[in-house]
Amino acid sequence: MLLDKTGNAAADEWRHLADDEPTPESEAVSVSLKRWEKEHNALKGAGSRLGLRLPNTANPVALNGEVHRFALIALEFPRFNDGRAYSQARLLRSRLRYQGELRATGNVLRDQLLFMRRAGFDSFAVDGARALAEDWAKAFGEFDVFYQPSSDNRPWVMRQRFPTA
Amino acid sequence: MYRYDEFDLRFLDERVVQYRGQVARRLAGQLTEEEFRPLRLMNGLYLQLHAYMLRVSIPYGTLSSDQLRMLAHVARVYDKGYGHFTTRQNIQYNWIKLEETPDILADLAKVEMHGIQTSGNSFRNITTDPFAGVTADEIEDPRPWCEIIRQWSALHPEFSFLPRKFKIAVSAAQEHDRAAVKMHDLGLYLRRNAEGEVGFRVLIGGGLGRTPYLGLVLREFLPKRDLLAYLEAALRVYNQHGRRDNIFKARIKILVHALGIEKLRGEVEAEFAAMTTDKLELPEAAVYAIAKQFAPPPYADSSGDDALLERLTAAEKLFARWVRNNTHAHKAPGYAIVSISLKPPGRPPGDCSAGQMELIADLAEELSHAEIRVTHEQNLVLPHVRKRALHGLWLRLTEAGLGSANIGLASDIIACPGLDYCGLANARSIPIAQVLGERLAAREEAIGPLAIKISGCINACGHHHVGHIGILGLDKNGEEFYQITIGGSDDEHAAIGAIAGPAVAAKDVPGAVDRLIDTYLHLRRGEERFPETYRRLGMSPFKEALYAAG
Repeated sequence: MLLDKTGNAAADEWRHLADDEPTPESEAVSVSLKRWEKEHNALKGAGSRLGLRLPNTANPVALNGEVHRFALIALEFPRFNDGRAYSQARLLRSRLRYQGELRATGNVLRDQLLFMRRAGFDSFAVDGARALAEDWAKAFGEFDVFYQPSSDNRPWVMRQRFPTA
Repeated sequence: MYRYDEFDLRFLDERVVQYRGQVARRLAGQLTEEEFRPLRLMNGLYLQLHAYMLRVSIPYGTLSSDQLRMLAHVARVYDKGYGHFTTRQNIQYNWIKLEETPDILADLAKVEMHGIQTSGNSFRNITTDPFAGVTADEIEDPRPWCEIIRQWSALHPEFSFLPRKFKIAVSAAQEHDRAAVKMHDLGLYLRRNAEGEVGFRVLIGGGLGRTPYLGLVLREFLPKRDLLAYLEAALRVYNQHGRRDNIFKARIKILVHALGIEKLRGEVEAEFAAMTTDKLELPEAAVYAIAKQFAPPPYADSSGDDALLERLTAAEKLFARWVRNNTHAHKAPGYAIVSISLKPPGRPPGDCSAGQMELIADLAEELSHAEIRVTHEQNLVLPHVRKRALHGLWLRLTEAGLGSANIGLASDIIACPGLDYCGLANARSIPIAQVLGERLAAREEAIGPLAIKISGCINACGHHHVGHIGILGLDKNGEEFYQITIGGSDDEHAAIGAIAGPAVAAKDVPGAVDRLIDTYLHLRRGEERFPETYRRLGMSPFKEALYAAG
């Protein structure tokens, strides 16, 4: 199941292609970084909306201007306590100004959702049964005080204290 | 002292509500223990050998009287009537029930306290010089910077799932290092540059554990305004490149030494330089407002106190000894910084009963502007005491079993909880500390400054690597053995101690330490301290003595 940035269930229009699957004409499809690097030119010409799946060891800054080609970038949490994708998300949103959908995939759990949202993720591939049973949507509203400026552009305490300074 | 404003209070309330929900979900079976573990750890809750242990954060070791009273309340209501002050200037309780932890955190929140990030793979408590703000040898009070880092590091959206824990210490003293800054993942010294501007010298990659390293200089001078942006750059490099395949290789010190400091510096500086619109700007007004909260209390005109104190110490030898060992020079005339020893020989180092905490809270209110500090040596400090009040204070402390005049001496031992409590330990630490403390107390005045540090396992929570004499517990076929290191130091002359040779059985530790000390006393020149004698003469005379009667 997919959650949007407020925690509501959302439809997933994306097909995530394996590296040896043919590219369909009309659908929105995501490809791995490996495939993107290999089939760069062919994929650029494809009419479908393109998404990119980045392993958490990749440096998103290396994509530079290319990131804006993608309507979706999916980052991975192989385990919920492997936090590398948080830095990738921050770099994509705040350094590269990536505006498309940024999706958290892998071992995505309730108690990390707000961290992910703040780091710039706006969609979350989760275990639907659990998400509904445990009301995961509530996790997004557990705090309204934040001590850091981050990629969700919510106000942070030091600024709120001195809005005009 | 820093007081919480509406934002801080709301944040803490939200945190308690969130944690209460997490515990309820765990108890209802909705969360697996594996999923719950990092959540409880991020609130300071460990599972130890016999029970849960709760570690409560004492940011940069500064407490108010009201806060200390609440710590006493927690000890009395939720634990067995005592708490244990730690080498991270925190306190921990060893007999906690999981179901009660949300209520404990709610009680603590009433006095602006919590257990946030006292464990887990994120920023740990920011520590500093326990004499911050009252010692004459500092450039400015480092605690506003500790508080700024504390706030910025609380539930950080990018750095809450680092490869491993991350410890930061800040010191502003120009001669002495009382904060063990070089033993930290990231250390900050406030320094003045050639232009007279105050900023930070940044060290990185220090740490103890099974691979001890002293921090290396990452940046010679960092302007204050860039502090948080630069920390963000350093942490981003660590978050992306620190090892996650092996918990014992995951601290930043391993990354620093794998890449080399030059390469790591290149990466951090490149990341810092790449920040443009995403560079964190710390509003100057916010810094100013936080600094203002640490303004010194109004000091009374205490002329005449020095003469009075001189008469009293001349008249009473025991009092004179306590003044000599347990008080330090204060920047305000007629005032003293008072250390309260939590190391009465024969007792577990760092333990404090609820009654003692309440007494110290009262004494602080009467005599020290309601302020208390915790030291990384596991003692407490009253930072602003008029010298005319010292004699009465000493009497009342002595009556409560808190009058030990042993600060910095042989019985002022650092020890981890060891196998009496800890699930990681290989051997007990506390009984060794108890025996050594009792045995050495009689001659510690003659020995002079001596730092004995004991860890119950290689994780080195008792800082044995940097003890003048370090003692590390090992398990040898089910028996407790102790490996001895010598020549370590955790101050401005920081050094990692060297292993003296094969480990000795528990019963042989006191004799071995006696012989090391005898050798030092025999060979020392003048005022030379133990590590200096060791550095001058090397290992051989000590090794010879250590294994002489084996």
